[in-house]
Amino acid sequence: MTTVFQQLINGLSLGSIYALLALGYTMVYGIIKLINFAHGDIYMLGAFWGYYTINFWHFNFIFALLSAMVVCAAAGVVIEYFAYRPLRHAPRITALITAIGVSYFLENGMSYLYGADTRNFPQVIKQVNYDLWGVRVSNIQILILVTACLLMVLLQLIIKKTKMGRAMRAVSVDPDAAELVGININRTISFTFALGSSMAGAAGVLIGLYYNSIDPLMGMTPGIKAFVAAVVGGIGSVPGASLGGFLIGLLETAVQSLGFSAYKDAAVYLVLIIILLVLPAGIFGKNVKEKV
Amino acid sequence: MKANLKYNICWLILMVAGFYLMNALILVGVIDSFLENMVVTIGINIILAVGLNLVIGFAGQFSLGHAGFMAVGAYATSIMISKTPTAGVFYLSIIVGVIIAIIAALIVGIPTLRLRGDYLAIATMGAAEIIRIIINNMKMTNGPSGMFNIPQFATWPVVYIMVCVTTIIVVNFIHSRGGRAALAVREDEIAADSMGINVFKWKLAAFVIGAATAAVAGSMQASYVQTIAPNNFNIMESIAILIIVVLGGVGSITGSFVAATILGIVDAALQSFGALRMVIYALVLILIMIFKPSGIMGAKELSFKRLFNPKSRKAGAKS
Amino acid sequence: MTTLLNVEDLIKNFGGLTAVSDVNMHLNDDELVALIGPNGAGKTTLFNLLTGVIVPSSGSITFRGSDGLIPLNGMKAYKIANLGMARTFQNIRLFKELTVLDNVLIAMTANYRENFVQSVFRLPKFYKTEARIRQEAIELLKIFDMQDDLDQLAKNLPYGTQRRLEIVRGLATKPKILFLDEPAAGMNPEETADLTRLIQQVQHDFHITVLLIEHDMSLVMNLASRIYVLDHGSLLAEGTPKEIQNNDAVIKAYLGEEA
Ligand SMILES: Nc1ncnc2c1ncn2[C@@H]1O[C@H](COP(=O)(O)OP(=O)(O)O)[C@@H](O)[C@H]1O
Ligand SMILES: [Mg+2]
Repeated sequence: MTTVFQQLINGLSLGSIYALLALGYTMVYGIIKLINFAHGDIYMLGAFWGYYTINFWHFNFIFALLSAMVVCAAAGVVIEYFAYRPLRHAPRITALITAIGVSYFLENGMSYLYGADTRNFPQVIKQVNYDLWGVRVSNIQILILVTACLLMVLLQLIIKKTKMGRAMRAVSVDPDAAELVGININRTISFTFALGSSMAGAAGVLIGLYYNSIDPLMGMTPGIKAFVAAVVGGIGSVPGASLGGFLIGLLETAVQSLGFSAYKDAAVYLVLIIILLVLPAGIFGKNVKEKV
Repeated sequence: MKANLKYNICWLILMVAGFYLMNALILVGVIDSFLENMVVTIGINIILAVGLNLVIGFAGQFSLGHAGFMAVGAYATSIMISKTPTAGVFYLSIIVGVIIAIIAALIVGIPTLRLRGDYLAIATMGAAEIIRIIINNMKMTNGPSGMFNIPQFATWPVVYIMVCVTTIIVVNFIHSRGGRAALAVREDEIAADSMGINVFKWKLAAFVIGAATAAVAGSMQASYVQTIAPNNFNIMESIAILIIVVLGGVGSITGSFVAATILGIVDAALQSFGALRMVIYALVLILIMIFKPSGIMGAKELSFKRLFNPKSRKAGAKS
Repeated sequence: MTTLLNVEDLIKNFGGLTAVSDVNMHLNDDELVALIGPNGAGKTTLFNLLTGVIVPSSGSITFRGSDGLIPLNGMKAYKIANLGMARTFQNIRLFKELTVLDNVLIAMTANYRENFVQSVFRLPKFYKTEARIRQEAIELLKIFDMQDDLDQLAKNLPYGTQRRLEIVRGLATKPKILFLDEPAAGMNPEETADLTRLIQQVQHDFHITVLLIEHDMSLVMNLASRIYVLDHGSLLAEGTPKEIQNNDAVIKAYLGEEA
């Protein structure tokens, strides 16, 4: 029983990282129908920003986290402006390839400028393990869970309660109609990228603390997993992305703890395929049928 | 009939001429082993891109799992010729790879091809990863470390012939009853359905043919490069093939040839740039997409029919 | 005169909306029937039900095949098409990026065979089959005066020509019943007159049954031997053009809206 709880805690910690990342995928997909392949690399940028500011500017955790969110938001906006905006009316597969290009650019640019080696993330918060009825929980895990949940609640509030959030929802339903009622499409899309990228930046700093190691290619696999999480939850749906993230995190930990760690990714993809076959648009996605 | 014969002879001449040109260039030493390696890599990428283009560009099904089927062919060949290194077994292994890839494509395609667009892409990507992970954990395939010292039967002439054969099969399929049905599926599934076309069957047919050609490419790769590992067939490899297809033009076989060739040359030319190479590659990719969103060739094809009858408006059939 | 298609108590609900409600109708061999009714009456939905694009909520559709009656409920659209039902779409759904000729050839898919080996290795049999079906397609296009547009992309055709190509495409499937959904929509009077003549000619020459949705009353009254009137999903009236013209309920439904 304790191992179940132990794995639950581990799964939730990992899942909250996936969830934070999945939110960015789902928001961007919702608004411009683009699989933003470079999103995982924004998370890498966040981790590196944390690494440098903590090591060389001696930022504390909160400051590193917040500044990483701001920097990543800016990076997201810049990338959208230069790489995706010119392609807004191009075939969607073209935009996808551009996103892959941006991803390569960020990964290899970082490797070129700062070296491809793995480095240790500074222990800005000293890890302390608590023993709760036999379950080992670290302060870092609690921090990750709490921060991730806070950010998700904050995001939900922004989307539901603010003017910009309403604009985002309007543009994702019908951009032309949104424009007609006076919504500034470009600004709304920039804002969406900023929001999503800041979540990824936060996830980057958190994962650095949790796994204690970062490298320029660190965004690739979690990026794909988080996208899978977004699809499982129903891409375009914000609660779906959170749910999908936690599901994938839990699943991975469960398979691993059962001794099949070599198959943990296979299990994720198998569940993905099964969910899509039962619910072709994911858990919270709407399956719109074409009207003839 | 007569006209068809004329165009077919033109294509035949082109293929034979290409072969002898390559042969001559190797003889006089213009093409050294480095360049030969480049040419063969281009050839293998052409096989991969042409097959994926059939699935994406002609049948309109966004598959992101091409590398999985390539892995099937690569491992079939590696395992068989490592045990029995004879030319006969090599050719047999290509067929075995193709058959297993077809079975795998049916297992993957029958459930997933009812999904649409990006959902299909992500499901096929997952399926390909599952194939790779299975290979990664098998004894017979030597697990994650892969296989070495695979006998080399796939010399450049073999690869050259395979490029011709797979392209002829794919192009001739496109310009036949089945290919037209697949095009109809791409254009409008509901209309195709209402015209009596079994949409699912033709999607699956294109998907299976694509998978079979990918297996051939895998066999070539394994026996030319002589080492393979499961990681050669991961998501990034599927994406690399997708990039060739989109860069050349979705729905243009000629474009796949052109893009595979350009990327092969650029890749070889950038070898000396070290770490900067991928940065340049990424920038070039982004710029081409921004300035030529429909790819280098769009949906256009090289066509002797059009060359001979410049007035004909038809975007040309290769046959 | 025998019944080719029989519809009983057909119902289609979309969520809370009943788009087709308790429709009973039949189509006989070799006749031209019209289906009229105000916008939103459920005419297109009825077509979609009959051709298998959507599945009925309840009721039955039966088709008289060469060997007995075939229930069509829940059958896949392509199978229904292969039994001999073809249609056009109110919002034109041609294969836009393909040529006129390919559009027609595609519709013939079920009516000829080419095996994989023949086509991939271009055996003489392949060229023979291709030449034959190509000729067939051209003959059909000639009827609609489109033989000079073979290599045009469908999307580049003028609107009226696109509608006619949809009809050719339907005919190319060799149907027993052809469903035409507002074939004259967006055409000028001259084009409409032309089309009227063509529909009549095709129905007569090919001995097929045509069910026609049309708003142009003069076209309907000229062409149809029987008319069904649909309103709010239900059949309001059925009869010859004369009977329909004098039917009180129909007059009320049509005039009542304007009055
Ligand atoms: N796929 C669908 N989902 C929901 N409602 C539909 C769908 N198709 C048609 N309807 C509704 O059914 C009613 C009948 O539409 P339709 O058959 O297109 O009418 P008509 O062709 O007679 O103008 C309309 O109210 C329309 O909005
Ligand atoms: Mg209608």
